[in-house]
Amino acid sequence: MYRYDAYDQKLVDERVAQFRDQMRRHLAGELSDDEFRPVRLQNGLYIQRHAPMFRVSIPYGHLASRQLRKLAELARTYDKGYVHFTTRQNVQFNWSPLEVIPEMCAELAKVEMHSIQTSGNCIRNFTSDPFAGVAGDELIDPRPWAEILRQWATFHPEFAYLPRKFKIAVNGAQEDRAVIQVHDIGLDLKKNEAGEIGFRILVGGGLGRTPIIGREIESFIPWQHIITYCEAILRVYNRYGRRDNSFKARIKILVSALGIDEFRWQVREEWAHVKDGPNTLTVEEVHRVADFFEDPAYEALPADDVGYHHHIAEDLAFASWVKRNVRAHKKPGYASVVLSLKKPGVPPGDITSEQLELVADWADRFSFGEARVTHEQNLVFADVKKSELHTLWQLARKAGLATPNIGLLTDIICCPGGDFCSLANAKSIPIAAAIQERFDDLDYLHDIGDIEINISGCMNACGHHHVGHIGILGVDKNGEEWYQVTIGGSQGNHAAIGKVIGPSFARAEMPDVISELIETYIEERHEDELFIDTVRRIGLDPFKTRVYADRQPHRKVANV
Amino acid sequence: MSKVIKNGRIVNDDWQILTVAEGEEAETLDVPAGRVIVPLATWLARREELAARGDVGVWFASHEGPEALADDIGRIAVIAVNFPKFVDGRGYSTAALLRTRYGYTGQLIAFGEVLRDQFKYLTRCGFDTLQPREGRYTDTQLDAAVASLADFTEPYQASVLHPQPLFRRVARAGVKA
Repeated sequence: MYRYDAYDQKLVDERVAQFRDQMRRHLAGELSDDEFRPVRLQNGLYIQRHAPMFRVSIPYGHLASRQLRKLAELARTYDKGYVHFTTRQNVQFNWSPLEVIPEMCAELAKVEMHSIQTSGNCIRNFTSDPFAGVAGDELIDPRPWAEILRQWATFHPEFAYLPRKFKIAVNGAQEDRAVIQVHDIGLDLKKNEAGEIGFRILVGGGLGRTPIIGREIESFIPWQHIITYCEAILRVYNRYGRRDNSFKARIKILVSALGIDEFRWQVREEWAHVKDGPNTLTVEEVHRVADFFEDPAYEALPADDVGYHHHIAEDLAFASWVKRNVRAHKKPGYASVVLSLKKPGVPPGDITSEQLELVADWADRFSFGEARVTHEQNLVFADVKKSELHTLWQLARKAGLATPNIGLLTDIICCPGGDFCSLANAKSIPIAAAIQERFDDLDYLHDIGDIEINISGCMNACGHHHVGHIGILGVDKNGEEWYQVTIGGSQGNHAAIGKVIGPSFARAEMPDVISELIETYIEERHEDELFIDTVRRIGLDPFKTRVYADRQPHRKVANV
Repeated sequence: MSKVIKNGRIVNDDWQILTVAEGEEAETLDVPAGRVIVPLATWLARREELAARGDVGVWFASHEGPEALADDIGRIAVIAVNFPKFVDGRGYSTAALLRTRYGYTGQLIAFGEVLRDQFKYLTRCGFDTLQPREGRYTDTQLDAAVASLADFTEPYQASVLHPQPLFRRVARAGVKA
């Protein structure tokens, strides 16, 4: 993975010193709450319901074992002994006191980590494919490009006070695992007919209050020009994006208002001036960064491991975990492993210090010292020998990190919601817990198969509810928590925004509602059809009819 | 006379920024003698008269862009950009464009809600003069703010202050280093 050179390290160290001084001035009353807000947000610090929330950047989701240990140590020293991984491959602390945050930044800097631009109206963390470098369908490794762009965006002086936040994702595989279609800029690496590397560029996608799938602004921009092209997009947005209404301030609103053709014309006008300028990338710089992402020292192994197959045949629980949590790898004899952070009863994405330290140990022992965070809020070991999977599984199981539910109904994406977040309208974790509790029969879960349930506690859509096969959105009605349900959303190459099935539900109803949606699917499905396929084929009506059939009488009262 | 930071030093600046009061029109604004900075609309309405004086500057509101002055750049004494709110970041692009596209080399003032924690970004975008609201900072605080301009030494990207990005300015260590 990428390692800091003296320049990277110095920038991060200088940021720590700057933030220390800003915090000191804030605590001394020299920096008002209003003036401190953008300063603290661009250091990942929110003021939350119970305590500050501190968000740390994990560029494109990559973590080294020493970084995992540092997170564990910080959670133990300054928090309540656990952290939360987010849908943007970042990590959050929920209980750290305000005044210790600069100290935490200083500790993070020691392991090449930071919280720069993890919030605020600036360019946020770059997200990418958690299986980058190891997936069989990868065309071009997205990580060097994400790192190059991360550096370009870090402390960009012109784009620190944009109309609204700005999120960029990079994909380099046939199947998009970075949800690029719902990002402000989605970058899709590809090769042209001449075999040259470049980017298909999407713009104006996003979730939140106005969910929109990104539009293609360019079908191919050669790699040398990716920074100048992004700069042109950002400059047009910075100048002309709306600033009068924060709900209308994302770039998607500007793109929709102008139309993609007019927006493209404006960007190209701007780009004509900056193209071929100093920000044009050099072969040397791309090689320098790409070298950090060379394959680790894989052993030459046979494709199949006898012991591994023996364990699968002998041990049903192991086989079930392999089926859901182990993925094919490009190298013979290796596999990628997903450690589930969706154990029923544990808030999705949460992990304790002890578990983090175990994960760090296993990373060192089994996967070249690295782990990755997925936007589904699980952890990945990219490079595990098949012969060691059974050992790893036994250890993970003991630590509560081997729930065999990846991609199944209980692998719920969920924001922290009203339990923590001051933006939330409603709680989300208890909904996830109630659904997980309802669906506790593993055979039934396997029978239902792949399905994605995404829960957000408010419009801001941190839980990506719009792109869940079943999406659940917390809404506030006269001070009460209600839940709106959408179905038919999806991520990936066929990303789609889910449709609302009807009036919202009380919290207590939610497990029943999900059960009824699933029962409808089971009854209606064709052979080999997943939930999302059935929804696409038969539409919303059969689901609606079933869910609302018994609910009409009290709906009138409930839906004020 | 307001205290400003100009080229990294605290100085008194005697430029007077004219604003349009209620009941006035920018086009017919009374422009007194002396070093004054007029709104863009005033300049555009009376550019020959004002340009002939040689001591008149122009200021941009945050929604106004430098395109409007493309032909006048050489005959404007000073340009200023208003930051009505510190979160309104349009002025950063205005400055960058003035410097990199329109060839403006004269004094460039950021005024309004100009906060010391933004000074570094402002100067990197090409502002050489930072004018916080009168009385906003004590002398001690201004001294500290000037010192903070040196907080960051080697930024990654190209900007007005560093026309080349880091990867072109220095030889960076690779994985084999």
